[in-house]
Amino acid sequence: MSSTVLITIISLSLLALMSAVILYFIAQKFKVYEDPRIDEVQAILPAANCGGCGFAGCRNMAEALVKADNFEGLICPVGGAPVMNEAARILGKIAPVIDPTVAVLLCNGSPEFRPRTSHYNGASDCRISNSLYIGETDCSYGCLSNGDCERACAFDALHMDQVTGLPMINDDKCVSCGACVKACPRHLIELRKKAKKDRKIYVACSNCDKGGPARKACKVACIGCSKCFKVCEFNAITIKDNLAYIDSKKCTFCRKCATECPTNAIIELNFPPRKPKVEVEAETIDRQY
Amino acid sequence: MLKTFPIGGVHPPENKLTATIPIEYLPVPESAIIFVSQHIGSPSVPVVNKGDSVKTGQVIATGKGFVSANIHSSVSGKVNRIDFATDSSGYKQTAVFIDVEGDEWIDTIDRTKGISRDVKLSPDEIIKRCFDSGIVGLGGATFPSHVKLTVPTGKRCEVLIINGVECEPYLTSDHRLMMERGEEILTGVTILMKALKVKKAMIGVEKNKPDAIVHLTKLASSFEGITVHPLKVKYPQGAEKQLIKALIHREVPSGRLPLDVGAVVHNVGTAFAVYEAVQKNKPLFERVVTVTGKSLSKPGNYMVRIGTSLIKLIEAAGGLPNDTGKIINGGPMMGKAVSNTEVPVIKGMSGVIIVPGKESVREEIKPCIRCAKCVSACPLNLEPYLLMALSEKGLFERVEKERITDCMECGSCSFTCPANRPLLDYIRLGKSSVIKMARERNLK
Amino acid sequence: MSNLLNVSPSPHIHGKELTQKLMLTVVVALIPAFITSVFYFGFGAIIVTTTSVTSCLLFEYLIQRFILKKPISITDGSALVTGILLAFNLPSNIPVLMIVIGSFAAIAVAKMTFGGLGNNPFNPALVGRVFMLISFPVQMTRWPVPKGFGTGYLDAVTGATPLAVIKEGLKNGEPLSQLMDKVPTPAQMFLGNMGGSIGEVAAVALLIGFVYLLIRNVITWHIPVSVIGSMAVFTTILWLVNPEKNADPMFHILAGGVLLGAIFMATDYVTSPMNPKSMIIYGCGIGILTVIIRVWGSYPEGVSFAILIMNAFVPLMNAYIKPKRFGEVVKNG
Repeated sequence: MSSTVLITIISLSLLALMSAVILYFIAQKFKVYEDPRIDEVQAILPAANCGGCGFAGCRNMAEALVKADNFEGLICPVGGAPVMNEAARILGKIAPVIDPTVAVLLCNGSPEFRPRTSHYNGASDCRISNSLYIGETDCSYGCLSNGDCERACAFDALHMDQVTGLPMINDDKCVSCGACVKACPRHLIELRKKAKKDRKIYVACSNCDKGGPARKACKVACIGCSKCFKVCEFNAITIKDNLAYIDSKKCTFCRKCATECPTNAIIELNFPPRKPKVEVEAETIDRQY
Repeated sequence: MLKTFPIGGVHPPENKLTATIPIEYLPVPESAIIFVSQHIGSPSVPVVNKGDSVKTGQVIATGKGFVSANIHSSVSGKVNRIDFATDSSGYKQTAVFIDVEGDEWIDTIDRTKGISRDVKLSPDEIIKRCFDSGIVGLGGATFPSHVKLTVPTGKRCEVLIINGVECEPYLTSDHRLMMERGEEILTGVTILMKALKVKKAMIGVEKNKPDAIVHLTKLASSFEGITVHPLKVKYPQGAEKQLIKALIHREVPSGRLPLDVGAVVHNVGTAFAVYEAVQKNKPLFERVVTVTGKSLSKPGNYMVRIGTSLIKLIEAAGGLPNDTGKIINGGPMMGKAVSNTEVPVIKGMSGVIIVPGKESVREEIKPCIRCAKCVSACPLNLEPYLLMALSEKGLFERVEKERITDCMECGSCSFTCPANRPLLDYIRLGKSSVIKMARERNLK
Repeated sequence: MSNLLNVSPSPHIHGKELTQKLMLTVVVALIPAFITSVFYFGFGAIIVTTTSVTSCLLFEYLIQRFILKKPISITDGSALVTGILLAFNLPSNIPVLMIVIGSFAAIAVAKMTFGGLGNNPFNPALVGRVFMLISFPVQMTRWPVPKGFGTGYLDAVTGATPLAVIKEGLKNGEPLSQLMDKVPTPAQMFLGNMGGSIGEVAAVALLIGFVYLLIRNVITWHIPVSVIGSMAVFTTILWLVNPEKNADPMFHILAGGVLLGAIFMATDYVTSPMNPKSMIIYGCGIGILTVIIRVWGSYPEGVSFAILIMNAFVPLMNAYIKPKRFGEVVKNG
């Protein structure tokens, strides 16, 4: 090897060694002690950084979990029970029981049921159209169809249906982070308790007007007639401000309310078809003779 | 060189179709719906009940607190109910519904013809009369006038500025008032000068109303301390801060009031209402509304009772044309589009514009080309492209630093943008979010 | 929709200016320069311009249609303007393939990768030109001598530009007074009878375009005036200090691509600052940098680099240099 090459190798190696030593000491001097458990917990969190827990990113949530005495009020909606249980195991704490939830739109006002009475021509943003006027229909509570919820969803779980103008929620992709709930200026989206086989039963209306104007604006509006309330045996239904509400935690999915509702405001999803009524009278007559 | 404001401004086509049409009095309607909140400040409290008989000019709702205004019945008849009614946005507000019978006025109103120029009331009595008569700013802002006339201790009013600019296209109600009721307006100005204890009043009128300038200048020669100033035609010359800058070359500091530079501004329509309130004891229950539009058969300037349905106004103008695409309450730059025609006339309704279909739809939005025309157009030297971008992304803390709350929503930026971007839509969103955020911060 | 009322937030009327109209006005303002370019450089000018425009439009169409799958927006005129301006920065004897490559650099790399119209930080035409200069240094520095339609295309006779003559001459130690006899007179340079890129030679045509753009309210005076003004001041100082080494300001302004750069390239909406204060600082930066590169750098011409360097500072200027707001309370002390 020529002397130039040798000198080059030696000098660069010395430089590298010096830099390594200096950087090592600097790193030690300015080191911030971090509980190693924070890294452990962060590793089992979903790394979606969606903010559904209320913290700015999964690392902040991991820090909060490590620092907290108990997991009261700390839930990762994306990871759900498996992740919370694992975190509890790592930290030696108890994870509260969480009911998985899913986002549901409390409005069914497609053009078929809720006729359009004007045409909105401003910026395509629900917050803007909501503060401007009641919307393209006569219902001042219903969905404005401008897609703020779709834009807020980071999990590709919510898409505006072009025909109905309402957001369609994909139950498999929805992680219940709550971004769409915050985004809707009319507070139409709710996180409801998930049931087996993705069954849902809910009042698909948020209209607080009296029955007359509500029905005039939309054929499937809740008119606050209280028939559902009277028939529910489980105290799951409350009526407030001319609007019925089904508590998803108390509901047993018996579907009696849906049958009673005169305007079909209550929606039932993913249930088997109802058995048709059996012809009882003819048989009884036969048996008498 | 005509006076004007130096920064920003745009030149929308004037379309003053009704500038030469004299004011026509519309007949009393068959029913009236009178909102209890037609002004900035606390909504008024109804003082009548279902079944009560009311007379024209009678108080039906009293102002609550200092920044509020009385509401008077514009008709005589029976109160049908006090209930919710939809305003021009479709949302519901409390209103007094009156079934009209005849047109009997309260006997305290002086109905004699003839102009009385002798102002007998003291300044404090004038301010009280303005409050009692429900006078609010009739330029469209509807700010209670007695509040503007009450100068707080420590501040001083040096000059009264009267806004006869009417810079919005299409609107001509102020123009016609100046032509037909000039002497009453100038007497009203004298009353306001007395209330504010100033010796100087300056009336600003845009150059596109030469007949009004000539007429008022001639009348002003017989009044003390009132001068008329022609101004260059540029939108928004009628904005308070721009008018003050053009006439007395002072800039109202950000977040402060005109009184901080020694000025108080009132609209000519308000001056006329003050004249009627002080000299004739007539409260505010009717106003001139310009009903205009290229397809209307009988556009004009109509004196109409508050609470009359918009449908009646449109009928008087010849009926709603078949090609109507949009109905605007106010001017085309700052007015509100109406979603249903059954809204009643309110104190702040200066005009109704019927827009034909093809002109009523916005063009397609294109990407921002960073041409900075919005920056040159903004009369307050803000940066609309930045305010929109930050508001759209929800960066409200940053947009607050960019002075978004200074924005007066004049619309010059959206008007100018070559890419048809909805700048003002998002700026409004940003403004309301910043105000909400600041309020929550102050509560902590 | 026929009998439903339209509802939208105010304002309900719109001015007449549109993006497409603004771009087409710029094209019209460039017509005098195009006419002079054909007058001096003949077919070469026509071939270079049409190739550049066609490739720019084609690349934008192909990328939007097949790669980005976004709506096609070639009709907004921005690619057309980029194509023309790129062409005006090239010598009239540049081969077609090189122009296509330059257009690719301009549209695909400098504009579409950043998100299309409105998102690019650097002037696309200048990026294309500088890319070609670095990739094809020989072809990009051979300038045809203007002979009208006798110039020819690829076979054109080439000579040095006035700036190159001065630069080379000073390097060889020749006195400036002697060199100034070898370059065209100011009058000749004003009309355009000199070597250079096809768009930069005729000062008179560019100034007509400038006046037209000002009248039609497409650009404001701030950037061109501050570029040319700062250059004038700086070169005057240098010329007064040492008239034997530094040419006079009139020469500097009329030679090279200063006028083309100041009027058409530096005023590009997307890459220039958004308020008057920043525009003046931007213009002065370009002027000063151009002179520095011309006098102390190794390239004879520095406008393209100066503009690109100042383009990099524009986001910073937009963020920190704010216009004085109406009623801004200026804090004392």
